[in-house]
Amino acid sequence: MFESLSEKLTAVFSRLSGKGRLTEKEVDEGLREVRLALLEADVNFRVARDFVQKVRERAVGSQVLESLSPGQQIVKIVNEELIVILGGESSKLVGSDHSPSVLMLAGLQGSGKTTTAAKLALHLKRDGHKVLLVAADLRRLAAVEQLETLGRQLDVPVYSEASDSSALNVCRRGVQKAKDIGAAWVILDTGGRLHIDDEMMEELEEIKKATSPSELLLVVDSMTGQDAVNSAQSFNERIGLTGLIMSKMDGDARGGAALSITQVTGLPVKFIGTGERAEALEAFHPDRLASRILGMGDILTLVERAQENMDQERAKEMERKIRSATFNLEDFLEQLHQIKRMGPLSQVLEMIPGFSSLSKRMSPEDLDGDHMKSLEAIVYSMTPKERRNPDILNGSRRRRIASGSGTTPQQVNQLLNQFRQMQKMMKQMSSGKMPRGIRSMFG
Amino acid sequence: MKSMFKLLRRHDKVQDGLKRSRESWFARVTQIVQRSRLDETLLEELEELLISADVGVATTAQIIERVRDKAEAQRLTDTSDAIELLKQEMVSLLSAKGTSIHSGQPPASGGPLVILAMGVNGVGKTTSVAKLAHYFKEQGNRVILAASDTFRAAAIDQLQAWGQRVGVDVIAHNPGGDPAAIAYDALEAARARGANVVLIDTAGRLHTKLNLMEEMKKITRVLSRLDPEAPHETILILDATTGQNGLAQARSFTEAMGCTGVFLAKLDGTARGGIVVAIVQELGLPVLFIGTGEAVEDMAPFDPGEFVEELFSPIS
Repeated sequence: MFESLSEKLTAVFSRLSGKGRLTEKEVDEGLREVRLALLEADVNFRVARDFVQKVRERAVGSQVLESLSPGQQIVKIVNEELIVILGGESSKLVGSDHSPSVLMLAGLQGSGKTTTAAKLALHLKRDGHKVLLVAADLRRLAAVEQLETLGRQLDVPVYSEASDSSALNVCRRGVQKAKDIGAAWVILDTGGRLHIDDEMMEELEEIKKATSPSELLLVVDSMTGQDAVNSAQSFNERIGLTGLIMSKMDGDARGGAALSITQVTGLPVKFIGTGERAEALEAFHPDRLASRILGMGDILTLVERAQENMDQERAKEMERKIRSATFNLEDFLEQLHQIKRMGPLSQVLEMIPGFSSLSKRMSPEDLDGDHMKSLEAIVYSMTPKERRNPDILNGSRRRRIASGSGTTPQQVNQLLNQFRQMQKMMKQMSSGKMPRGIRSMFG
Repeated sequence: MKSMFKLLRRHDKVQDGLKRSRESWFARVTQIVQRSRLDETLLEELEELLISADVGVATTAQIIERVRDKAEAQRLTDTSDAIELLKQEMVSLLSAKGTSIHSGQPPASGGPLVILAMGVNGVGKTTSVAKLAHYFKEQGNRVILAASDTFRAAAIDQLQAWGQRVGVDVIAHNPGGDPAAIAYDALEAARARGANVVLIDTAGRLHTKLNLMEEMKKITRVLSRLDPEAPHETILILDATTGQNGLAQARSFTEAMGCTGVFLAKLDGTARGGIVVAIVQELGLPVLFIGTGEAVEDMAPFDPGEFVEELFSPIS
């Protein structure tokens, strides 16, 4: 997601924080690179300029430059300012006083509205609400069928009409239908449109007027470039949005659009979409994202995902083991399996402090493909005793393991070295120090 | 060939919006032109202009550097000369790799021309495939569509509806079917029915999902049993609103499938699609077509000159 940006900022500031004192000129140099990194992350050029200006004012105006660790101070300022832009607190869905609460989605073509509608339906359903989906995209061919299929898969009812109806009528009658069936939420999936298409924008205005939604969310493709600000602003001015959903955050887009839009419109990001499955919708946490931008990891999301995917007890155990660094090769294997269930390892790694640059450096094949398989095979070829106590692995045991797992003794040695480094690193992490030299870990 | 200008102008309803956004854009360009001298400030402003069109920091820096060098060598001092130079620089960059596709001529193997459309989710692949079908049909070709997006709900229905509208046959299996098998059937059907262009619509996939990229390679492997050269064109559909990630997309799809060109979709909004400049510069991929609306006629072959003019001028 934001890893490339955080990588850049980490590089800039680790160079700065290596120094005792900073001159104004050195700060400018660092901030210039921050600006370039923001631009490369598709942050709007005006937003990037203002952002850097603000950070500079705070850095130069305060006693930062005289402090002992000016680099870290600047990182702190950048972090704080990012959180300010990203919306401070995380923001929840707001319902209306009377059922059903109407949630209306809008966005450009292809931003991911229909998929997001289904994800929101599942999200609300899991919270115990009765939900109705309304297929109000009558323009795109087969959009209604798409929503109906998704509704069937999630077991959520879908209200639709023949294609000669109008979006306004579909929405109006859809809300009525929700009332009739006693749904708590009704989600309106409107068609994609250009923000400069007057007629189409008028349609949204009419739908809003007829259904008075408590949430009117703009779905924004996280890969959007400089134009994100223009379209979001137009939508907001025209129909008055209540928030944003950033879609397709599971790719490698840096998602600077999120930063730009929240800065310019003041709208909160309510959710992010992180995959094609209906479960792949996450609450947005500005503070976590900001620390992720700065390469400080996102251990909270990691633990939360772990909780979703394994039972509480195991999650606690895993957290305890990560923190106390008392895990052995058996735990290592178990973790491999559990982490795999949490999603692609490359994504999981990004959330661990200090790992974001590592995961970038490794090709996804290394993380999710053959490399992982041979690691697994090696551990499988060990006896339980060996897994619990790797110290007993002498030359002949290693040779046996290598031939048992179809690898070479060198690969076995490599794994053991990596494992030791990992243990060491975990110890450092749990004692609060940042890990060093972890790049060599996976070879 | 219809000019991009005219294509855009046809949309009267978007006219006002376009004008508004382009006017503010134009105001900036005018401001730049009115600067009296070619100096560093001017170059910086041009730099910003390109960056705000999504050309990207690195590519912009390289282009501006070349303009600076040439301006110095030619001792240019006039602002408009510098802008002219910048335009020329960009046009020649965008033209370097050519902008044409086999226009439906049979490939060396003699069999139908097989074109595969690919891209990330939501860029407009299915609509662009329909446009290409219309385009090739208008040129007198017999076209067959392969509904190889078996993943997205109702994608097959969508392509079949387009097929009916355009008047071309669609080969489809059931949702969840094997995309490669459908492509294979489509090529066989094309041979049997004497069609000379096969267009394959594939499922949207993020270029970072390795398993999905592998799945796409299977289409090539399976097609090669019928025609070792197929697909003859692998076209990346790119959303014009895409920012710097477009370069990563182009790179990954090129690595996986040997991308032969770019279809720049959704150019009818306010985004300028400048990322294609970076793609041409970095990867040397030609831009082949632009998409400018929701109807099948809303496309045109890419014209570097007009594209660059669009970057610098409003619609009047």
